[in-house]
Amino acid sequence: MEHLLSAGDLSRTDAVRILDTAAELAATQGREIKKLPTLRGRTVVNLFFEDSTRTRISFETAAKRLSADVINFAAKGSSVSKGESLKDTALTLQAMGADAVVIRHHASGAPHLLASSGWLQAAVVNAGDGTHQHPTQALLDAYTLRRHLVGPQPLGQDLAGLRVAIVGDVLHSRVARSNVDLLHTLGARVTLVAPPTLLPVGVETWPCEVSYHLDEVLAQGLDAVMMLRVQRERMSSAGGGFFPSPLEYSRRYGLDARRLAALPSHAVVLHPGPMNRGLEISATAADSSRSVIVEQVANGVAVRMAVLYLLLAGGRREDVS
Amino acid sequence: MSDPDTPAGAREVLGADDISRALTRIAHEILEHNKGADGLVVLGIPTRGLPLAQRLAERLAAVEPGFDPATQLGTLDITMHRDDLHRAPVRPIGATHVPDDGIDDRTVVLVDDVLYSGRTIRAALDALSDVGRPRAVRLAVLVDRGHRELPIRADHVGKNLPTASSERVQVMLTETDGRDAVLISGGEA
Repeated sequence: MEHLLSAGDLSRTDAVRILDTAAELAATQGREIKKLPTLRGRTVVNLFFEDSTRTRISFETAAKRLSADVINFAAKGSSVSKGESLKDTALTLQAMGADAVVIRHHASGAPHLLASSGWLQAAVVNAGDGTHQHPTQALLDAYTLRRHLVGPQPLGQDLAGLRVAIVGDVLHSRVARSNVDLLHTLGARVTLVAPPTLLPVGVETWPCEVSYHLDEVLAQGLDAVMMLRVQRERMSSAGGGFFPSPLEYSRRYGLDARRLAALPSHAVVLHPGPMNRGLEISATAADSSRSVIVEQVANGVAVRMAVLYLLLAGGRREDVS
Repeated sequence: MSDPDTPAGAREVLGADDISRALTRIAHEILEHNKGADGLVVLGIPTRGLPLAQRLAERLAAVEPGFDPATQLGTLDITMHRDDLHRAPVRPIGATHVPDDGIDDRTVVLVDDVLYSGRTIRAALDALSDVGRPRAVRLAVLVDRGHRELPIRADHVGKNLPTASSERVQVMLTETDGRDAVLISGGEA
């Protein structure tokens, strides 16, 4: 593994290796001393062209727990807002000796460009690009699912046979795309649930099922339901008019107490955050014992530590004979 | 003497009985030095330190019924503390299991198969300090083959094996390799 650009690039073996590494690293995070010396002397740059405090601090924590030096480069107020191109930013980071670049960009494909352009030699980790991919989110979701639903010895296991519904704004969601790719690779059966206006063209070619009716999907018996964030501004005609009103959306696609009760007793509820309580998920569902939403945050750090470890700890190929 | 399972060019220096006797002696030495099993924690270093620590714990429990493997036996993975990570393809991380009561103010006995450069033990000492602060740390190895690169020594040694650095020492254990033996190969070929 040289870069992590898309969940779709990961083979089953790669994905299970990342999850197993994350599991061992998570075990070290319960200790009083959480810092490991493994990436001492390595530099990780968080290059964020979009604001995302949660993802950035998760990557920052992960890198620091492995003793890497972290440089946060936010586009706002930097040379980028003065019109610097991605190429010149990349050349600057190369000159500073970055070993890994974690990039969040509003344009789909920006991480791929950075990795394949030859502008810099660092390992590139996609932390979300446009409506394309957010692979570490999918990995932390898969890790959370495996921890709760595959047992008693999850190490080395995939998610074969698990039934997962992903509900909400699939059209604009890189989380949904990444999860469909990764969960399918790991053997889970994924159903996307959304109003027709919030499904992308070509969704029928994705390795998953698609439904417009949440209650019908719930009745089939799920192991997990993943709620996606819906942005209120998308309902106005200026925002695209994707759905008529928040109330109608939440009646048809929101996870409320009644729908929560319809889940089997072992099923878990996930949400990538930040949540709109009362829109896609009710407070009852968000705070219930089935909800693993807070745990997802902790698992995010472990999974990102695993990705940084696997990308940076070994020798570069030219050094290893 | 010659075993049909021994590969060509390899010489068996310890057999199953020798390994068994060495572990029994080491168990007695540990208990003698510690004056019993009180406050003792045995930690195996992956890969082959794990079955050796397990066997040592069985012998300790047989001699001293006060020794409880459930609370006094564990494993210590050193991958994250190695000094040669950058020189090899990325290594899988092993599991660390420390007894629930921790290792603070206990006497920790680290168990490994071969003591060579001493770098593994250096990493183990660093890994140990992340987990707690033992009263003392002791080292038990099945084979000490010399060629130290750091000021580290073993407290309990199954067999001192003078070797040339061009030789290869291979420890085989039933749990990991199907049989018990210590082989030496290579050298002045």
